Amino acid sequence: MSYSDKTKKVYTDQLDAIATAGLFKQERFIHSSQAADIEVEFPAGSVTKKVINICANNYLGLSSHPEVIKAAHEGLDTRGYGMSSVRFICGTQDIHRELERRMTEFLGTEDTILFPSCMDANAGVFEAILTQDDVIISDRLVHASLVDGIRLCSAMHDTFKHSNMEHLEEKLKLHADKRLKVVVNDGVYSMDGDMAKVDQLVALCDKYDAMLLIDESHASGFIGKTGRGTPEHCGVHGKVDIITTTFGKALGGASGGCVSGRKEIVQMCRQKARPYLFSNTIAPVVVSGVLKVLDILSESTERRDKLEQNTILWRRVLTEAGFIIKEGNTPIVPVMLFNAKLAQDFSKDLYNEGIYAVGFFFPVVPNGQARIRTQISAGHETFHLLKSLDRFIKVGRKYDILHKTKEEIIERYGQ
Amino acid sequence: MPDINDMKEIILKYVINEYAEEDDNVTFDTPLISSGLVDSFSMVSLKRFLEVKYKISIPDDKATPEAFDNVNKIANLVLNYL
Repeated sequence: MSYSDKTKKVYTDQLDAIATAGLFKQERFIHSSQAADIEVEFPAGSVTKKVINICANNYLGLSSHPEVIKAAHEGLDTRGYGMSSVRFICGTQDIHRELERRMTEFLGTEDTILFPSCMDANAGVFEAILTQDDVIISDRLVHASLVDGIRLCSAMHDTFKHSNMEHLEEKLKLHADKRLKVVVNDGVYSMDGDMAKVDQLVALCDKYDAMLLIDESHASGFIGKTGRGTPEHCGVHGKVDIITTTFGKALGGASGGCVSGRKEIVQMCRQKARPYLFSNTIAPVVVSGVLKVLDILSESTERRDKLEQNTILWRRVLTEAGFIIKEGNTPIVPVMLFNAKLAQDFSKDLYNEGIYAVGFFFPVVPNGQARIRTQISAGHETFHLLKSLDRFIKVGRKYDILHKTKEEIIERYGQ
Repeated sequence: MPDINDMKEIILKYVINEYAEEDDNVTFDTPLISSGLVDSFSMVSLKRFLEVKYKISIPDDKATPEAFDNVNKIANLVLNYL
C-alpha cells in the first residue's frame, strides 16, 4: 500500500482546480421524504430549512405516494431485502419477470430486460448488440450515459446536429454500406426540455434500414396522452426498436432501468450485456414499488394530466413575468440567465427565499447558456407554483432581468 | 485524379458544415484536432467521409490526429491513397 504525498497531490491539485473554476459540487442534505415541500440542511451543518422543491425528476409526484410505499413494504415483507446474486444465477424473482412483462405492455414493445439503472442499460446495450461492422449515429446532445455506452462498443460512431433531420439523413446515406445502423436519441432532452421528432426519426430509420434507440428517461409515465412517452406523443407508439428508460424519475423515483424493444435485442442483452451479467438487478422492494406505480398509471391519467396543467401554468406565468424560458411543452422549464455567476447567485437567493432550484452552467450546458432549470411535478399544487413565481420575481427584480432581452442581460452580466 | 485545390475546398466545406460554430473562422491551416474543434469521435466520421467521397481506404495507423490536424494535411493524406 502506498498513498504518498506525491499521489495525494495529484488529486488535491485537481480538486483545487475544480473549486477555483467554481465547479465544485456540493450535496444538500434532505431531512424529509422527496416531495414538493422538503426540509433541507444546506450548507452542511446548518439548521434545516423548509423549501419548495422545483428541481426534482419527481414528475408524477409518486416518489412518496402512500400506495407506492405500502406496496414497497409488502414487497419487503414477502420477497425480502436483497437477492445476493446476479439475475442468471439465483437473482431473479417472479416479480422481476412480472415487471418486465408490465413494462413491455406499457411501452408497446416485444420484450424487456431490467438493469440496475438506466445508466447501466445505456452502458450495456450497444456492446451487446453491435460490432465493428456496424455504425451508431447519435444526436449531438444525447445524455452522457449514452455517450459512455457508445464508447464501450466497437461499432463506428458518428453524430448529427441536434434534432437536424437533414443532417441525419446525410449520415444515413454516408453509412449506407454498414451491416447494422442504429440511430440514437433522447426522447426528451434533459437540459433544454425539448422533445425528439420521433415520428420523423422512425420514418428516416425505415427508409434507410436503421434501428432507432430512444432514451425515454425524461418522458416515461407522463409524455403522451396516456404517459407512454414520446413515441405515443408523436403517433408512433410501438414503432421504436429499442427504448431505454429509468424507474428513478417519474416511475416512482427510486432506482433501476430497462431496455425494452425487439425480442432478439432483449435476448442479446440477456446473454451479453455486462451490467446485467455482472451486477445484481433491482432490489425486490423497488420492483414492488414500480409495479404499483404502473397500476396507478394504468388506472387513470389524472397525475399526468395535472402535470400537464401545472406545466402550462408555470410556463405561462414565468413568461408573463418577463423571464426568458426555453420554449417547449415538457415539465423541464429552463429559465435562461446566460451568465454562470448570475445563475449561481440567483439560485442562492432563491434558496434563501425558500425555493430550491439549481443553476446550470458550462460545462453542463454550452458556454453562455447558463440557466436555472426548473422541473414541474404533479405533486405541486397551484400555491407551490405561485409562491415560487413570487420569489422568482423578487430575485429577478433584484438583478433587474425581468422583461429584458438576452442581449441586455448579457450586456450587463457578461456571457 | 481530383484537383488538390478542389479537394481542399470540399474538405474545408465539410469541416465547417460539420464542426464549426457560426463565429469560428476555419481556414486550410486551422488546427482541427489539437485545437479541440474536431474531437476523436468526429475524426472517425471525417475519415469515413473521405473514404466514401474519394473511394479510398485510409489505414487506421495512418489516420492519426497529426495527419488530420488541418485541411492541407488531410488533402495530402488523401492524395497518397488515390
